[in-house]
Amino acid sequence: MSELNDLYQELILDHKRHPRNFRDMPDATRAVDGHNPLCGDQLRLFVKVVGGRVEDVSFIGVGCAISMASASMLTETVKGRTVDEAQRLFADVHDLLTNDHPHTDPAELGNLGALAGVHEYPMRVKCATLSWHTLDTALTSDEDSVTTE
Amino acid sequence: MNAIVKPRSDADWDVARVRRDFPILDQEVHGHPLAYLDNAATTQKPQSVIEAMDRYYRRDNANVHRGVHALAERATTDFEAARESVRRFINAPSAREIVFVRGTTEAINLVASSFGQGLREGDEVIITAMEHHANIVPWQLLRERTGVVLRVLPITPAGELDLEALPGLFSARTRLIALTHVSNALGTINPVRQVVAMAHEHGVPVLLDGAQAMPHMRVDVQALDCDFYAFSGHKLFGPTGIGVLYGRESLLQAMPPYQGGGEMIRTVSFEKTTFAGLPHRFEAGTPDIAGAIGLGRAIEYLEKLDWSAVMAYEHRLLEYATDRLKDIPGLRVIGEARDKVALVSFVMDDVHPHDMGTILDHRGLAVRAGHHCAMPVMTFYQVPATSRASMAFYNTVEEVDRLAAALRHARELLA
Ligand SMILES: Cc1ncc(COP(=O)(O)O)c(C=O)c1O
Repeated sequence: MSELNDLYQELILDHKRHPRNFRDMPDATRAVDGHNPLCGDQLRLFVKVVGGRVEDVSFIGVGCAISMASASMLTETVKGRTVDEAQRLFADVHDLLTNDHPHTDPAELGNLGALAGVHEYPMRVKCATLSWHTLDTALTSDEDSVTTE
Repeated sequence: MNAIVKPRSDADWDVARVRRDFPILDQEVHGHPLAYLDNAATTQKPQSVIEAMDRYYRRDNANVHRGVHALAERATTDFEAARESVRRFINAPSAREIVFVRGTTEAINLVASSFGQGLREGDEVIITAMEHHANIVPWQLLRERTGVVLRVLPITPAGELDLEALPGLFSARTRLIALTHVSNALGTINPVRQVVAMAHEHGVPVLLDGAQAMPHMRVDVQALDCDFYAFSGHKLFGPTGIGVLYGRESLLQAMPPYQGGGEMIRTVSFEKTTFAGLPHRFEAGTPDIAGAIGLGRAIEYLEKLDWSAVMAYEHRLLEYATDRLKDIPGLRVIGEARDKVALVSFVMDDVHPHDMGTILDHRGLAVRAGHHCAMPVMTFYQVPATSRASMAFYNTVEEVDRLAAALRHARELLA
């Protein structure tokens, strides 16, 4: 197995210690609960979509370092993107974390590339993808909650 | 910092020798010697158990109770000998009271389903706030089927049963108390003898979930005077797939079958089927024969141990681990009952149990992170999850030292 530092990179630890956009959003157009029953990670993701663009995105919740950092990085990256772009990001992150030979280049994902190390920890992949599945649900369905089961 | 006295390794319990009986313990994980501290999830198996199951499949494999050929006879003899070993081990009056099941979960479901058939809407079942989901959900399913009422005995902040609340829970409609002997999330050893006595004063039978008690103490169902006792082979140094329901004969006799099929019948016609006697009436279908034989062998292994030495040793491990862990900044022990098995549940500021699990794993330390199938306990302590180090008689003081060092490291890394 790889070094622990590949998983807990400084960038991830920074987002874990200081999560960005960690707040309620009263005027959100969608609020979706994400739950990982395996470890109890629980978050609520808010998005404000106006004219096909994610104007604002935020989250609240509790979870491990990986799930919190991933959610925080998600909000930073997705804010201001079109819904289509956000969905492509979801697909790329998913590819990076779950495929043994991803076609996505972590370098092209900017900060999100820091999540690449999670791939070596199969038990932790769901922690990292929880917020992304929640985002996907918020953008593509009417469901109010999603679990990683 | 208080001086923490390291327990001396003593002549009574030769842990190095015992470890040699468990081949799996001798391995490295991520470049460190494995320290297996997840015994409440499942225990490791001694060589003799592995060999007994191997030999069964190499030499004796046949279906039980069905053939007259040599292999069928051997398999049947060994299977029933395992039942007798279980009976002897828990001091049940009769082997008819030993029902083989898949594990604790199935044992409790059997009682909820079969004993539960005798219950009516408005009848009451008492459980406790520290139960494993296996002793909650079957009763909720029964509630959906029949309308029984579930009453829950609360726990105290220390993680003990609030026994003072128990008398107030009894009513004329109370039909059963189902509680755990030892909590898997907190380590608490419950005063079950006392609960049984109180219940019997009200004429109420008691089911004990013994999954976590069996590996840490000798259990005598007659001394406990309980009516049902459930446990899992895999938590008792035996194989997965096999477990036991002990039931008082007079109760089992009155209970309808749980599942229908082969083994559990005497005669079948399309008009009428008569059922087999105890315990076969509750064992429909081909059982886990190899599993039962493995469990029987695990019990023979355990019977050879000096249990006063085992218990004294485990108690020293518990006290040492508790002292070492409490000494770590930011760490809070969850469950501080006076009577505990060698299990420490804890949370640490700024380090989620799931991260903790990964960080410890990197140092070869196997602990469990999660809600331990006891979500109501997590809710009570207002934590989403805990980390849990659960020890067995083959764990060592050195492993506890490594755990403590790794916990300090985890805090430095993530806080
Ligand atoms: C207290 C308790 N009860 C019941 C169970 C369920 O045991 P099994 O999964 O072997 O059926 C467990 C196992 O985790 C337990 O700890």
